Amino acid sequence: MNVIQVEHLSKFYRLGVIGSATLREDVHRWLDHARGRAPTVSHDGRELRRGDHIWALRDVSFEVGQGEIVGIVGSNGAGKSTLLKILSRITAPTAGEVRLRGHVGSLLEVGTGFHPELTGRENIFLNGAILGMPRHETERKYDEIVEFSGVGKFIDTPVKRYSSGMRVRLAFAVAAHLEPEILLVDEVLAVGDAAFQKKCIGKMGEVARVGRTVLFVSHDMSAISALCERVILLDEGRIVADGDADATIETYLAGMNGSGPEFGEVIVTPAGTAGGEPITLHAVRTTDVDGRVRGDFRSAESIVVEFDFTRSEPIEFLRIGFELVSARGAIVFRTFHNDLSETLPSDPTGELERIQAVIPAGLLNGGVYQIRPCLRRHRRGSAWILRDAPGPSVSVRLNVPNPDYVTSKRVGAVAPMIEWKSP
Amino acid sequence: MSDREHDAAWTTVIRPTGHWFDLRLGELWSYRDLVLLFVRRDFVAQYKQTLLGPLWHVVQPLLTTVIFTIVFGRIARIPTDSLPPFLFYLSGNVLWGYFSSSFTKTSNTFVSHANVFGKVYFPRLAVPVSTLGTSLIGFAIQFTIFLGFLAWFVSRGAPVNPNAWVLATPVLVLLMAGLGLGGGVILSALTSRYRDLTNVVTFGVSLLMYMTPIVYPLSSVPEAYRPLVLANPVTPIVEAFRFAFLGVGTVNFSHLTYTAVFTAAVLFFGILLFHRIERTFMDTV
Repeated sequence: MNVIQVEHLSKFYRLGVIGSATLREDVHRWLDHARGRAPTVSHDGRELRRGDHIWALRDVSFEVGQGEIVGIVGSNGAGKSTLLKILSRITAPTAGEVRLRGHVGSLLEVGTGFHPELTGRENIFLNGAILGMPRHETERKYDEIVEFSGVGKFIDTPVKRYSSGMRVRLAFAVAAHLEPEILLVDEVLAVGDAAFQKKCIGKMGEVARVGRTVLFVSHDMSAISALCERVILLDEGRIVADGDADATIETYLAGMNGSGPEFGEVIVTPAGTAGGEPITLHAVRTTDVDGRVRGDFRSAESIVVEFDFTRSEPIEFLRIGFELVSARGAIVFRTFHNDLSETLPSDPTGELERIQAVIPAGLLNGGVYQIRPCLRRHRRGSAWILRDAPGPSVSVRLNVPNPDYVTSKRVGAVAPMIEWKSP
Repeated sequence: MSDREHDAAWTTVIRPTGHWFDLRLGELWSYRDLVLLFVRRDFVAQYKQTLLGPLWHVVQPLLTTVIFTIVFGRIARIPTDSLPPFLFYLSGNVLWGYFSSSFTKTSNTFVSHANVFGKVYFPRLAVPVSTLGTSLIGFAIQFTIFLGFLAWFVSRGAPVNPNAWVLATPVLVLLMAGLGLGGGVILSALTSRYRDLTNVVTFGVSLLMYMTPIVYPLSSVPEAYRPLVLANPVTPIVEAFRFAFLGVGTVNFSHLTYTAVFTAAVLFFGILLFHRIERTFMDTV
């Protein structure tokens, strides 16, 4: 059974309206509206070109079944928060329709309407009512809420005397006892410290276990993939992917760096290295063992990571290396050229130098990884010369050598081929 | 999409614009607890950490009345329909205080609650309605004070004649409330877009007082200006109130009917406009 049905939802914002609404403009809009014209072309189209209009959501349609936990991801301004605002009826859509079954609650409103002059007790009832909890239900859960909040001793003290931590705990206690059929969580807007956010996430899992539906907006891909089976990816107000969590997250992360990941070779622009340093990185590329530049590998192949650079003078304790970052943003490993022993001559010639690292076959799991080159001067304080620079991405398809057990992906950060024996 | 036909099976359907003629009063009723809690909050919070607390409700009209008695009664010598000036001005102030407080406070609804409105949905109308309730408590206190002075004046044999019209007081208060709410709600919708109207409200209400027989009786208004004062829907309420408790005033059924129709229209139109604005208010703050 579907509990959320969103059809052709669009939301249109005029930018820069703050304080600039004029009666004349409104009258125009009104007349156009009366004639049944769309607001984009409301009067002269000039506005549109000036860029003071934005479609925060464009023709978004999806359905969510009961008990589903759906993650919503997308870069800033993709429309995630707008979507939640429409679902929670804070603002109305410009077009389209949403149908909901059951009460909607959201953890983005924690502490909303708390009045500093009122006591904890008074605020519990007020906050409960604001969040849509009938009075008798608040009464029934009152003891539980106080217990959960841990501020029992101060329940008759005005909230303005509470520490911010106490206030948040009390607010969360009320919100946590709401039991909405549909829970909306916008982690981006969520207040509070890490412990509190963790509590929110714990609450979401709990809510979902009893068959309630959760929509979860977050930038934290590990939280999303831990909680959600399904993820909707928004980009500039449109749904660009909707489906299996991991696949969608990968699509999202792959598209994060501008136009998408560069495979094979990345030419590092001079700006890539801090100016004035005696070392300049020119290119980073991935090749196979035969030296062919490639971006696609099977997990049973070794991946050669190659650095081209020049040094103008000797650099003491120089370390050249890279981090391999998974599509979820986790660092799989970091490695430096002199981890085992020094491999560079200490006196540079000023000519182009090349250095190679080999990622062994049978180590990586299937997925898209990015190589992030880093240059470091060891034992010289905070001595990063280059860090987190975008290098080439590699796409790895998992292949297990035993053809009886072909699999494309396996759980875990890595998928090493481990030798098994029966002694 | 098979669910589409069963609109009734959905708890909530969100569409770009609601029906124009849907007052959504049922929804407000289901949030009546919230309205009561808002009233309580505003009343309690208003006087926490103040010197006089709710006594302000007493001090304010009394002080105003004393000033009015001196300025308009003694200095300007405006007639008071042969009533004791103090009672005359007090009756006017108590009524006007109720109207101006409900009106100015409700007109601030969107601006002062933007923070809450941006985070959670509840029928927005709960805020102005609760403001009305808070003002009503203030009125009740002041009205009691007025009754006390009235009793004192009667016992001293002042020429005042409370009569059966006092039974109409609830109706008069209701009409006043309706006017305050309707007008305030219209202004709240407008100020949410045109912020400078906030200034107009405070200023407009104080000017409107002079178009209402607060400091003068309707009977002393020259014939030429009378339609102007009578066009003000508050006028018949004030006159009827004075007639009921003091025995002098110009009560006229057609005037009261005008007020009733005006109130209903303002209230109806105000709530419709309010619902219209509340849907996208958050996009324009």
